[in-house]
This record gives sequence, structure tokens and C-alpha cells, in this order.
Amino acid sequence: MNLAMNSALNSTINSGMAPVATPWFFYVLAGVAVISGVLVITRRNAVHAALALIVTLLAVTGLYLMLYAPFVAGVQIIVYAGGIMVLFLFVIMLVNIDRSSKERRFNRIWAVGLGAACALLALFVFAFTKGKALFPDRGMPLAEGSNTQEIAKMLYGEAGRMGQYTFAFEIASLLLLVAILGAVIMTKKKI
Amino acid sequence: MPNFIMSYLDSKEALTPGSAGSQFWALIYVLIIFAGVSVAVIAMNWIERKLLAHFQVRLGPMRVGPHGLLQPIADAVKLMIKEDIIPAEADQLVFWFAPMIGLLAAFTVYTVIPFGPSQAVSDMNIGILFMLGVSSLGVLGIVVAGWASNSHYPLIGALRSSAQMVSYEVAMGLAVVSAILMTSLNASGTGTLSMIGIVQAQQQQGVWFIFKFFPLGLIAFAIFAIAMVAETNRAPFDLAEAESELTAGYHTEYSGLRWSLFMLAEYAAMIAVSSIAVTLWLGGWMRPFPNLLHAPAWDFIFSLFPGLTFLALAAIALIGVARMPAHSFFRIQRIGLAVFAALLGFVALLLLVIAVAGRSADMSVAGRFNDGIDHVYWFVLKVAVFMYLFIWYRATWPRYRFDQLMKIGWKVMLPISLGVLIVTAIVGVIFS
Repeated sequence: MNLAMNSALNSTINSGMAPVATPWFFYVLAGVAVISGVLVITRRNAVHAALALIVTLLAVTGLYLMLYAPFVAGVQIIVYAGGIMVLFLFVIMLVNIDRSSKERRFNRIWAVGLGAACALLALFVFAFTKGKALFPDRGMPLAEGSNTQEIAKMLYGEAGRMGQYTFAFEIASLLLLVAILGAVIMTKKKI
Repeated sequence: MPNFIMSYLDSKEALTPGSAGSQFWALIYVLIIFAGVSVAVIAMNWIERKLLAHFQVRLGPMRVGPHGLLQPIADAVKLMIKEDIIPAEADQLVFWFAPMIGLLAAFTVYTVIPFGPSQAVSDMNIGILFMLGVSSLGVLGIVVAGWASNSHYPLIGALRSSAQMVSYEVAMGLAVVSAILMTSLNASGTGTLSMIGIVQAQQQQGVWFIFKFFPLGLIAFAIFAIAMVAETNRAPFDLAEAESELTAGYHTEYSGLRWSLFMLAEYAAMIAVSSIAVTLWLGGWMRPFPNLLHAPAWDFIFSLFPGLTFLALAAIALIGVARMPAHSFFRIQRIGLAVFAALLGFVALLLLVIAVAGRSADMSVAGRFNDGIDHVYWFVLKVAVFMYLFIWYRATWPRYRFDQLMKIGWKVMLPISLGVLIVTAIVGVIFS
């Protein structure tokens, strides 16, 4: 697989073209993500905010692709942009937006938001200054051509051997199952 | 010729432009596919009207051109010069942008559709995941269009559409997973999500996945075939645009060119999901019985099919010329149809010449060209069968009620697809 990658890379270099994943792409995608992220919280119209959130999610998908994580990018599109956001829009359309946008807030949600934002900022600053010592120099190099297969081996193991994350993966799936059952039981009066 | 044009053509192995890193040829492929899909949608427009008419014992469009052949062009001109109305109370920006979302989603998926082992723009490692994800973005266009119209019927249509698509995506996804599971039944034990890889897995295992572990593959295919009709909002699942209840559903307020963008997106999405079905279960670009009839003579016979198909079309057109009433009113129509027949015959001749010139299985240009035509021909033929089925469904079945639709999606299709997935996994472990 490495061989195939190398040959592809070589042919790219030979034909005199730069690789696609340039810093320029990163700045464009990051800029789109940040701008639409700001739009999510500044738009009063809930549908506009949801659409801006979709743009943010798609820009982040592009960032995943730049990090050579195509599987995560694909799952991001299916689960967030295609699934969850459609449900978001579905619910928003059933709510009377005009009335709710004019009503005064009665709880102090901004205080919680400010606290969370400050904590996140502190975390970012910490990661930016001390990150080099905390994180490994680079992630595990996963060839783009076999990315999905490598993830599968880590999650499920291969040939009778348990994978690196099999246990955690199974626990996570059990948790999700419990959450689904809980949602059904809480909404249904009679089962 | 410059190096960046020739290096891709000269490469010894068959690679897609994406994996060969040739941006020039990737662009050419994108343009060819874009033009091809647009022409196919225009052709579908005519074929659908004609077939629906014949199903109902009518003639259908007959006036514009011979047998109404120029009707799609007349339609397109009509739509383009029609007034483009945006309702006063509509959300202008979103109303303007909504048709583009569906169109973008429908056309983006064509980058990974494998028309042949090297006849795709790119062979992504996550191919099928990418296709399902991006095509599921199409529903956003519908939902947003319904909301932006600021009107009751479009909103109800949009809500129905989003509920329907989210429900049927679950069954569809599980059916796809059971087909992907079958790709892992090889020596190494790892499957693939790449569209080209899935077809190659069928080639290696010597069976189309629709016939694998009979009837498991067939059931998964049937579930996908039903879910894909619901996903594209076609009859009998076209509740989002049920004209007897909702005028025209989510695109009630749209007119002119913007409305035609919705239609273009719908038909492009139909072709795209049919291609997924063909790739996953019907052997993609492979011709029938590549394992049993693999002698060079058989290769040659099967490579004559594209030319013969066009010859048959030309013959049909010629019969049409002969059957035209002998009246001076029909003179221009008759000449036009004769020219059309001659054109088809010329294409047939060209294809036959290529088939004869490229019959030796070497890497000569004619041989590779011949292979390419073969692959694309069988792929397109299989997709065309699905497009015919879409029209057939529409002419045959009455529309479902919304509660029936939900009941089928959640209480019938989902349990069956889950069961098929589990049984496929068990059988796969036992037999490998």
C-alpha cells in the first residue's frame, strides 16, 4: 500500500504539480468554519443558524480529509450533516420561530456560556503553549488508501486477536443502546 | 503532446485519474460525466413521458419533432423564458439557494461512481460512505426549499420528505452494510468501501452479490431497491410532492429555471442511487458470465453488443421513417427522423469498427478504448434498467398513505434488513 502511495506521490511530483493538501486549503476551510460558526450564534433566525452550522460541519469535514482521515470525514457527513442536522431543521420548523425569537430570556444561560467559552479558551492556550510536550510528535501514520481497514483492525481486531480499542468500542455501543432504549421508554406511555 | 496529457494515457496499469494524480484527466472525466448525466436527464424526460403515455394507452408527445423527440428541448426553452417568481414573504436568500443544494449533492456523488475499473474520476477509499453521505445531503435542499417558501403546502411537503428520508436511510444503510460485509470474504479477511474495490470483490468471488448466499443477497438488494425509491421521492413514495394533497409539495412556489433545477437534481439523484445498486449487487461494469464464458471469442462477441444496440436503435428509427404517413405535412419530420437514424447507424458503425480493431486483448490504444466502451456500456445498461423500473413503478402503483409509509419503513424494512445483516455475518463466518 505504501508502494502504491509512493508511486502516486511520485507521479504527482513528476507531472510538476503540488500536492492538493496545501496550507492554503487549510486556511480557507478554517476561515469558513470560523465565520459560519460565528453566524450560528449571531443569527436570530433559527433556520439560518442551523444552515450555518451545516456549513461549519462541512468545513470541518474538509479538515479531516486534509488530516488523511477519510473515514472520519465520511462519517461526519453521514451522521452530522446528513442525519442530525436534518432532524434539527425538522424540529425547528415545527416550533413557532417568530414568537420565540421575540420573547425575553428568563434564565442566565449566557453566564454558563461565558464560563464554558473561557474554559475552552484556556484549554486552547494551554494546548498551544505546552502541547508539544503533551502530545506525541505525530499521529500514527495511516496510509490514506487503507485508512478504513486500519480503523477496523483497531476497533474489531484481526484473526482472533482483540483490537486495541475493542473493549472501549463495545462499552460505547452498549451505552448508546441504553440511551436509545431510554429515549423510547421515556416518550412511550404504553409499551 | 504535453507530458501531463500523455503520462496518464501511457501508464501501463489501468488507474483512475484520481489515483494516477492526473488533474487534467480528472477534469476531462468530470466534464464528460457532467455532460453525459445532463443529456441522460433530458433523455429521461422524453422517455418517461412517452412510456407513461404508452402504459396508459396514449401516444404521448407527438407534435414537436418526429415522435416528440424534440419535446425536451421545447420544454427546456419554455422553462428558461418563464418568469421566475419569488414570493414576497419568502426568505429570499434561502429560497434562492435551496435548489442548488440538491443539485450540488446530486452531482458531487458522480466523482466516485465506477463506470469501469479506471473509468471513474477517483477511487476513494471511503467510496460508498461518501456516496451515501453526500446523497443524503440532498434532503437539505428539499427541507430548506419548503421552509423558505413561507407557505403551508411546501412546508408540509418538506416535513414529510425529511421524515421519510431519515427513516428509509436506516434500512438502506443496513442493506448496504450487508453487501459490504460480503466483500470481506476473501483470504485476507478485510473488506473494502471503495466502489471499484466492491466490484472487483465480486469479480474475485465469481458471483454478483445479488446471488451470493441465496436468498440473503437478494433480500438485501430488494430492501435497497425499495428504499432508494423512497429516498428519491418517486412514486409510490412521492408524498413530498403529492399533487392530489399538496399541489406540488416542496416546490409549489418555484417556477421557471429554479423549478427545473429541482427536476434535474431529482433525476440525477435517481441515476446516482441506481448506480449504487448496480455497483453493490449487480456486478458494476462486468458483462454477464465473465467467468463461464471467458474465452477470447466470447470477449469479442460481447464487445459487439454496444454497436449492435445502436444498430437496433437505428433500425427502430428507420421503421419509424417507413411508417410515417405519406402526407406532405410529414416531410420535414420524416427527413429529420431519417437523419437521426443515419446518426445512430454511424455511431453503431464506429463502435463495431472499434470492437473489431481492438479484439486482441493487448494494451494497444484500440484495445483499451474497446475495453472502456464495454465497461461503460454494461454499467449504463444496468442503470438504464433501473430507470425503466422507476417509470414502471410510477405508472403502476398508487401512492402510499403517510402512516403506511412510516409503518413499512420502521416495522417491516428495518427489522428485515437487520436480520439479513446478522444472518449474512453468521453465514459468512461459517462458510469462510
